[in-house]
Amino acid sequence: MFSARTVSKKYGAVQALDEVSLDLSPGEVVALVGDNGAGKSTLVKVLSGVVTPDGGSVEQDGRPVRMNSPHDAQRLGVATVHQDLALCENLDVVANLFLGDERRRWSVLRPIRMERAARDLLASLDVRIRDIRVPVAMLSGGQRQSVAIARALVGEPRVVILDEPTAALGVEQTAQVLELIRRLRDRGLAVLVISHNLADVRAISDRIVVLRLGRNAGEFRTAESTPEAVVAAITGGVALAGAPRAGTEESA
Amino acid sequence: MSTLAVLLRKPLQPLRRPGRTDLGAWPVVAGLVVIAVVFSSLNDRFLSAENLTNLALQMAATGTISLGIIMVVLLGEIDLSAGSVSGLSAVIMTILSVNHGWPPLAAVAVALVGAASIGLLHGWMFTRLGMPSFVVTLAGLIGWQGLMLYLLGSGGTINLPFDGFLAKLSDTWLPAPVAWLIAVLIVGVCTAAALIDRRLRQAADLPVPSITRIALRLGGLGLALAAVVTVLSADRGVPLLLVIFAALVVGLDLVLQHTVFGRHMYAVGGNAEAARRAGINVTRIRLIAFAAASTLAAAGGILAASRLAAVNQSSGSSDTLLMAIAAAVIGGTSLFGGRGRAYAALLGILVIQSITNGMLLLSVDSSVRYMVTAAVLAVAVAVDSLARRGQPR
Repeated sequence: MFSARTVSKKYGAVQALDEVSLDLSPGEVVALVGDNGAGKSTLVKVLSGVVTPDGGSVEQDGRPVRMNSPHDAQRLGVATVHQDLALCENLDVVANLFLGDERRRWSVLRPIRMERAARDLLASLDVRIRDIRVPVAMLSGGQRQSVAIARALVGEPRVVILDEPTAALGVEQTAQVLELIRRLRDRGLAVLVISHNLADVRAISDRIVVLRLGRNAGEFRTAESTPEAVVAAITGGVALAGAPRAGTEESA
Repeated sequence: MSTLAVLLRKPLQPLRRPGRTDLGAWPVVAGLVVIAVVFSSLNDRFLSAENLTNLALQMAATGTISLGIIMVVLLGEIDLSAGSVSGLSAVIMTILSVNHGWPPLAAVAVALVGAASIGLLHGWMFTRLGMPSFVVTLAGLIGWQGLMLYLLGSGGTINLPFDGFLAKLSDTWLPAPVAWLIAVLIVGVCTAAALIDRRLRQAADLPVPSITRIALRLGGLGLALAAVVTVLSADRGVPLLLVIFAALVVGLDLVLQHTVFGRHMYAVGGNAEAARRAGINVTRIRLIAFAAASTLAAAGGILAASRLAAVNQSSGSSDTLLMAIAAAVIGGTSLFGGRGRAYAALLGILVIQSITNGMLLLSVDSSVRYMVTAAVLAVAVAVDSLARRGQPR
C-alpha cells in the first residue's frame, strides 16, 4: 500500500494541493481525474518525488517515507511514465528500455543480455513490435506508449504512474494501451492513471479519485458509479437524481 | 538544438511512413564509384597507384579533424573552431619541438592536452553559460587563429626538420608483408567477433544473422582491404598516416557503438531531455564531446604539419574546417544530432578529397572545384533532410 496522506502544496498564493489523500493498492488501477488546475499533476509530482509537499506525508505500508527526489521515488519502487514519453527516437527499442540503466561489464555494453531481457519483458506484456532493433521513430504512437510503459517496468517497480497514456492515440491503439494497463494490474502492480478521457477511465479503473481545486472531491468504485456522478464531482455541480453522492467535501 | 540545425530546419510536415529502408552508406559508396569512373575516364592517372597513394596521404589530416566534428554533430551541436584549433595545436607542437628542442612526443602530448583544455573551455561555455555552440566555437574560430598568428610572430613559417620524427610520420610506409599481415589480422578478428556474437545470440535464443550475410560482409571487407593493400603497395606502400587515421576511425566507432558512453552520446543527441530524465549526466557527455572534438582537431593539425613538414599562417585555414564539416555530413552524419557513425569521416573525406584530387589532376580552376564540392554537400544534406522527413516527429 502506497499512499499520500493529507498532502498540501502551495505555489506562492496558489494552494495547488489542500490536504489531499490517495491510496494505491497492489493489483488495483486507480484513475485520477479532475479539471485543469485541479492539482492532478502536482499530486503526481509529489508521488514521483519531483516536488516536496509543504504538509502531509507520503507513506508506504503505513510508514512515512522520505520522498525528496525522483531518485527517492525510484528507490521506493515508484515509476512514472510522463505524457511526453521521454524516448530517444533515434535509438532502438532495446536501447530505450535500458536507457540510463544499461547492462554493462565495466563500460562495455552487453547487447545480447539487454535484447534477451527486452524480448522477455515485451512478451510478458504481450506488446507486439515486429522488429525491436529499429529506431523508435519508426514505431506507431501506441507502440511507443507501450515501450515507455515497458521501460517503467525495467526497474521492477511496485507502483506505476501513467500520465495521460491515451491522450494522443487512435481508437485501436488506445485499446492496446488499455489492455497493457490491465496487464500491469494483473502483475500485482499498483497503477495510477491520470486521464481526461472518462470513457477510458471507466474502461480500465477499479476506483476513481476526483480532485477539484486542489482538494479531494469524491471517490468512486468504478463499477458502482454512474458517469453523471463522476462528472458532477469533477465540475462541482449537483449530481443528477439517483446518483450516489460520495464526495468528501466535509473534509474541506 | 544547435543554432545551425535550427537555421537548417524547415517546417517539415510528417509524411506517411512507408516501409522506409535505411540505405546506410550505400549512396556514398555509389557516389564514390561515380567519381572514380568519371575522373578515370577523363584522366587515366586518377586511378594510378601513385595518385591513390597521394589521395590517402591527403585524406588523413582533414579526415581526423572531421572525426572530431562528428563528435559534436552527433549531439546536434557544431564546432566551427576545429580548423583554428588544429592550426594552433600544430604551431604549439612545432614551437616546442623546434624552437625549444623538446622531444617530439612530449611536444605532441602537450599540444593534444592543450587542445583538450580548449575543448573543455568550449564545452563549459556551452553547458554552464548556456551559449549556443555555434557562437562559442565561432569565437573559437577567430580567437584561436589569432593566438596561432601571435605565436607564429613575424616569421610566419616554422619548418620541421625533414629527418625528424614528426616529418617522418608522413614519410613512413608499411612494407607489403606487414600491410598484408595487418589486413589478415583485421579480417580474422572481425570473423571471430562475428562468429562469437552469432553463437552467443543463438545461445540466448535471439534471432541471428544468416551465415551468408556474415560471409558476404566479411568477404567485402577482405576484398576492400586487399584492394587497398595491393594498390598502395604497388607504389610506396601503405602510408603510416592512413593507418593512424583508419585506427582512429575504427577506435572511435568501437567506443560509440559498444560502450555506455557511446550509447549516451546518441541518447543526448536524440533527445537530451529524455537522456537527462533517464539519469544520464548530459553536461558530462557534452564536455567530453567538445574536448574530444578539439583533441581530434589537434591530432589532425599535427598530421597536416607533418605532411607539410612546416607550420605557417595558413595552417588550419577556414578551408580545412569547411571541408571537415562537409566530409562529416557527406559521410552520413545528421546535423540534427543522434545519427551517424565514425565511418562517416572516412567515407566523406574520401569523396571530398577524390573530387579535389581529380580536379587538380585535370587542372580545373579552384573556383569550379568549390562549386562542385558545394553541390555534393548540398545533395548530401538534402538526402539527410528527406530521410528525416520520413520520420514522424
